[in-house]
Amino acid sequence: MSEPVLEARGLTKRYGRVVALDNADFDLRENEILGVIGDNGAGKSTLIKALCGAVVPDGGEIRLGGKTVSFRSPLEARLAGIETVYQDLALSPALSIADNMFLGRELRKPGIMGSVFRGLDRTKMQKIAREKLSELGLMTIQNINQAVETLSGGQRQGVAVARAAAFGSRVVIMDEPTAALGVKESRRVLELMLDVKRRGLPIVLISHNMPHVFEVADRIHIHRLGKRIAVINPRDFSMSDAVAIMTGAMKPPAGVEA
Amino acid sequence: MSDDATGSATAERGLGNASHGVASFDEDAPSPLRRIQQFFHQNPTAIPAIILIVAVVIFAFVTGGKFFGALNLSLILAQVTLIALLGTAQTLVIITAGIDLSVGAIMVLSSIIMGKLAVDYQVPVVLAFPIGLLTGLLCGLANGILVTALKLPPFIVTLGTWSIYGALITLVSNAATIRSQALDQFAPFLKSMGARIPVGGGAFLMYGSILMIAVAALVWYMLSRTAFGRHVYAIGDDSNAARLSGIQVNHTLVGVYAIAGLLCGIAGWVLIGRVGAVSPLGNQTANLDAITAVVIGGTSLFGGRGSIVGTLFGALIVGVFDSGLSLTGVDPLWRQLTVGALIIIAVAIDQWIRRVSA
Repeated sequence: MSEPVLEARGLTKRYGRVVALDNADFDLRENEILGVIGDNGAGKSTLIKALCGAVVPDGGEIRLGGKTVSFRSPLEARLAGIETVYQDLALSPALSIADNMFLGRELRKPGIMGSVFRGLDRTKMQKIAREKLSELGLMTIQNINQAVETLSGGQRQGVAVARAAAFGSRVVIMDEPTAALGVKESRRVLELMLDVKRRGLPIVLISHNMPHVFEVADRIHIHRLGKRIAVINPRDFSMSDAVAIMTGAMKPPAGVEA
Repeated sequence: MSDDATGSATAERGLGNASHGVASFDEDAPSPLRRIQQFFHQNPTAIPAIILIVAVVIFAFVTGGKFFGALNLSLILAQVTLIALLGTAQTLVIITAGIDLSVGAIMVLSSIIMGKLAVDYQVPVVLAFPIGLLTGLLCGLANGILVTALKLPPFIVTLGTWSIYGALITLVSNAATIRSQALDQFAPFLKSMGARIPVGGGAFLMYGSILMIAVAALVWYMLSRTAFGRHVYAIGDDSNAARLSGIQVNHTLVGVYAIAGLLCGIAGWVLIGRVGAVSPLGNQTANLDAITAVVIGGTSLFGGRGSIVGTLFGALIVGVFDSGLSLTGVDPLWRQLTVGALIIIAVAIDQWIRRVSA
């Protein structure tokens, strides 16, 4: 059993009188895809937002590689090596693929053109973007300077995943990556995830799609009423059991209770 | 139980024969119209460029060559200088999906501060001039802070500050004009942008026009060649996505409004040269003309796309229509009518081009 890369203990978050996170725990280990499932309103998106810096929890502790961290913005989480693929992708439609991959971390030209005139090193950014997309087998996208809005849903997802994989050094979080995609495109994204995992980056997968979660996840974190109630191995449980635990129809069996 | 886990794999067995390209495009020979749409999507400044060329050709014929007179072309450039400067400031703001209704007021206020300090209080120009520019910067900064800190719509904020800066103009100037002779005596430097360099054949180039082109080039570089520029576009495109990408949205927005204010201050300097005096009444219409130039130039009022080159074309189009129609001797109302029609056409085309992706 490997060390947790990203862990959280006793996270709480309230929105007025609504308790979104109630003493929630979380563990992500090296070399795994951790599925996170939960009914609507169970607080899983608040949990993920706390981990990626989009929400500041009221209490509790987050540790990355054993060190306590507290992110006040997505930028801080990203600088710490946590990359997130948001459900709505967080891409800028009118900008090109290369611009999007480097959005918020642009490379400047070497020497005075970069330091004084702040010139962007577009050639280098395009080269790296092309390399990263090729590595993930996504170079069917013809032109790296194409505006993202001219891409299909699957291609956009590909760009977002490639961006996360290229820059994430510790953890990649994926929020509903297949929700807006067709069957074929979903398949491609699942393959991409396995590929990213093989490259040694652990992934947190939040999804409503049980078959997808059960197919790629190594462990499944079940969230209910603002906290983790169980962590199961998808090989030991059926999807219907998972749904039953998630909705409260079944008590989490001994040994998997969080 | 593991049957469930492989459920999706079973259901998708049929995919084996499916093509393996990642969502390749269904390219069944796009219609000519579709191609035009795609062309304009990739080259948005082509539209104002085409309108400009067509307008120039038509006016050249209608006016029997008078339009192409060296003096006339010089006058057009001098006339569009201020609109282009304000348009450059406005372009920055509009790309962020905002709008700045106070650009004209900031311009006049800056010119009055410069002139008033230099002439009435006899502050040395080396101080009065930068203080005037600083006034523009601070006015823009105030707009930016109100838009970001109070999260008010830019339209409302700048409608309010337009009124406030307008009142300040009257308060500071006492509604009085500082005359040309007074400027010559105390601060000829403030008039310098109106000076003309003869370039032969009766043609001339105003210093202010050269400054305008230099400023536009600088802002073009900033928008298209620096990270700040990419962020400006990204914020206008989708500010939430920009924030999640780690862009400091508020810092960038405050910067944009402040830079726009500074550019208006520079426009105030050119205004003094152009008018030859410091007038509190200067350019009531400058605001709308600047927005017109930006919109006709293909910058989208919805943010995320547009360019400085387009705005320069837009300003030139307005100038060319002004000059051409007055040379043909038609009622100035026709100029107003034509520009109005151009605005609506420009926005309609923008909407159409946006649909390229849908």
